[in-house]
Amino acid sequence: MDAFTTHTGRAVPLRRSNVDTDQIIPAVWLKQVSRTGFEKGLFAAWREDPSFVLNDPAYEGASILVSGPDFGTGSSREHAVWALQQYGFRVVIASRFGDIFRNNSTKMGLLPVVLPEDVVERLQDAAEADPKTEITVDLMERQVRSGDLVASFEIDDYTRWRLMEGLDDIGLTLRHADAIEEYENGRQPWLPTTV
Amino acid sequence: MGRTLAEKVWEQHVVRRADGEPDLLYIDLHLIHEVTSPQAFDGLRMAGRTVRRPDLTIATEDHNVPTVLGPISDPVSRTQVETLRKNAAEFGIRLHPMGDAGQGVVHIIGPQFGLTQPGMTIVCGDSHTSTHGAFGAIAFGIGTSEVEHVLATQTLPAYRPKTMAIEVKGELPVGVTAKDLILAIIAKIGTGGGQGYIVEYRGEAVRKLSMEGRMTVCNMSIEAGARAGMIAPDETTFEYLRGRPHAPTGEAWDRAVEYWKTLRTDDDAEFDKVVEIDASALTPFVTWGTNPGQGAPLGSAVPSPEQFADPVERAAAERALEYMGLAAGTPLRDIQVDTVFVGSCTNGRIEDLRAAAEILRGRKVVTRTLIVPGSMGVKKAAEEEGLHEVFKAAGAEWREAGCSMCLGMNPDTLKPGERSASTSNRNFEGRQGKGGRTHLVSPQVAAATAVTGRLTAPADL
Ligand code: SF4
Repeated sequence: MDAFTTHTGRAVPLRRSNVDTDQIIPAVWLKQVSRTGFEKGLFAAWREDPSFVLNDPAYEGASILVSGPDFGTGSSREHAVWALQQYGFRVVIASRFGDIFRNNSTKMGLLPVVLPEDVVERLQDAAEADPKTEITVDLMERQVRSGDLVASFEIDDYTRWRLMEGLDDIGLTLRHADAIEEYENGRQPWLPTTV
Repeated sequence: MGRTLAEKVWEQHVVRRADGEPDLLYIDLHLIHEVTSPQAFDGLRMAGRTVRRPDLTIATEDHNVPTVLGPISDPVSRTQVETLRKNAAEFGIRLHPMGDAGQGVVHIIGPQFGLTQPGMTIVCGDSHTSTHGAFGAIAFGIGTSEVEHVLATQTLPAYRPKTMAIEVKGELPVGVTAKDLILAIIAKIGTGGGQGYIVEYRGEAVRKLSMEGRMTVCNMSIEAGARAGMIAPDETTFEYLRGRPHAPTGEAWDRAVEYWKTLRTDDDAEFDKVVEIDASALTPFVTWGTNPGQGAPLGSAVPSPEQFADPVERAAAERALEYMGLAAGTPLRDIQVDTVFVGSCTNGRIEDLRAAAEILRGRKVVTRTLIVPGSMGVKKAAEEEGLHEVFKAAGAEWREAGCSMCLGMNPDTLKPGERSASTSNRNFEGRQGKGGRTHLVSPQVAAATAVTGRLTAPADL
């Protein structure tokens, strides 16, 4: 996972709520067994509409997605995170996220930033008024800044630390292999096995 | 102070707790399917890691499989299924491949084998893992990175979600099902209402549900945004489990039941949030929009976006009506469908098939109707009861087990603009095939709809 400290980039305003992961990447794209190439499937159905915001050349190269509430609800497919990242997004800003999507994002180093709906709308307005508007997402300070807008966001210390260091969760857990083994020795004897 | 069911089960599984860090949670059962696992196995190989507990892991093929006999014709789907077979063989994981008597949708086979038991922690790279909470387990969906984490360590780092009680007061009227109940709950609390919570469904109406009905309710917890849904185990649970292949036996059974009986929320425990719903006021419920929260009683009409005070909800309703090709004010009973689908991990169990068969017995369907058992086990049970004959006589298609039309990944899909009445769980845009329009319904409403071609309750026939 790439470390994330601070990121400055242009934003794409996505004025939709309940952007479920079936919209972010439709099921037909999930048949791949590799981890790459998902950017082509990002919002595949919506991108067929020439007026969809990602088709507007003014937003080419933008790296921050600013969406309506309940972004990433539905299916657990991590492919949604891969598609966003491989397309070039480093941050998604919304007032609410689906829990599993949010978890998947932080595992992969895509930063989900929760801001109040009115702040989200101000950022969308700014990006619509001038697509060149830059937004800075500062994980160190837990702050989003753009022009005269400064908004703080919450993220727990542990997740922030992991993101800033770019640490692999499995490596961290394996440091506690002894504790896992000890737990296993005390499990209830009737619990099932699949063999 | 007392503890909630969720707190009890969580605490029992904490391997390690440290200040300022998520708990390290032990996972009792890891379910695997072909779609969300290939990249996880690749990750293991790349890091030179192995599967810590193949004996707590089980795999099945479900999302990609065609529901008519024969090989997978789509080469990309085939590769994905073959990749799972290779991975299962390499890492020593039990797999139920297509054609195997144990094959089926991942959330159907766990309970069917008796692998899903009260008080366990269960995960799967699939959001409807919440289904297993019907047994009083903490069960939730995870992404592929977490699948890899569980394969490698049999644990997950996680913060304990908050707890929510959904108190279902009164009894469900005759003809109103578990599916209607959960659709009504989602419409009430919204698709984000459960975010950050483990929900415990409680109350008289929930206690009276069969295990199948409880699974239907817990299955759709994720559609309300909840991480997991749970129901405290009771005699109904124990009876369901008794004698299943992986259920404990003899003295172990007695000890297990003794423990399972402690798995209930203490009377003096407090939930972070409580929601009440009156079961006795419910009627058959269907969705009209493009998220599972956009639902209404079948007896009502397509709402007008102006009815929604919240501007975000209003915009969502406008968009949904446009996508669904519906005009505000249209009675829901007037909506014509092209296809009826009975199946999925929400409503693909034997009881669901019995309910559909009861309505189709001696009647004819007027739409394309797919009846897809959730597993080969369910299929066998249905055929032993002769249900398949009822379906075939009615003109419905009786299929092999799989996810089928629940999602557009296998040959069973809607064409652009086609409309379905579906017993599955998601009415998202394009979920059943690009441009397809989905109305979520109970198996009873699905069967009645197949007979008339319009959204219909059995009582209307
Ligand atoms: S039946 Fe549908 S919801 Fe259930 S596992 Fe299959 S695709 Fe997912």
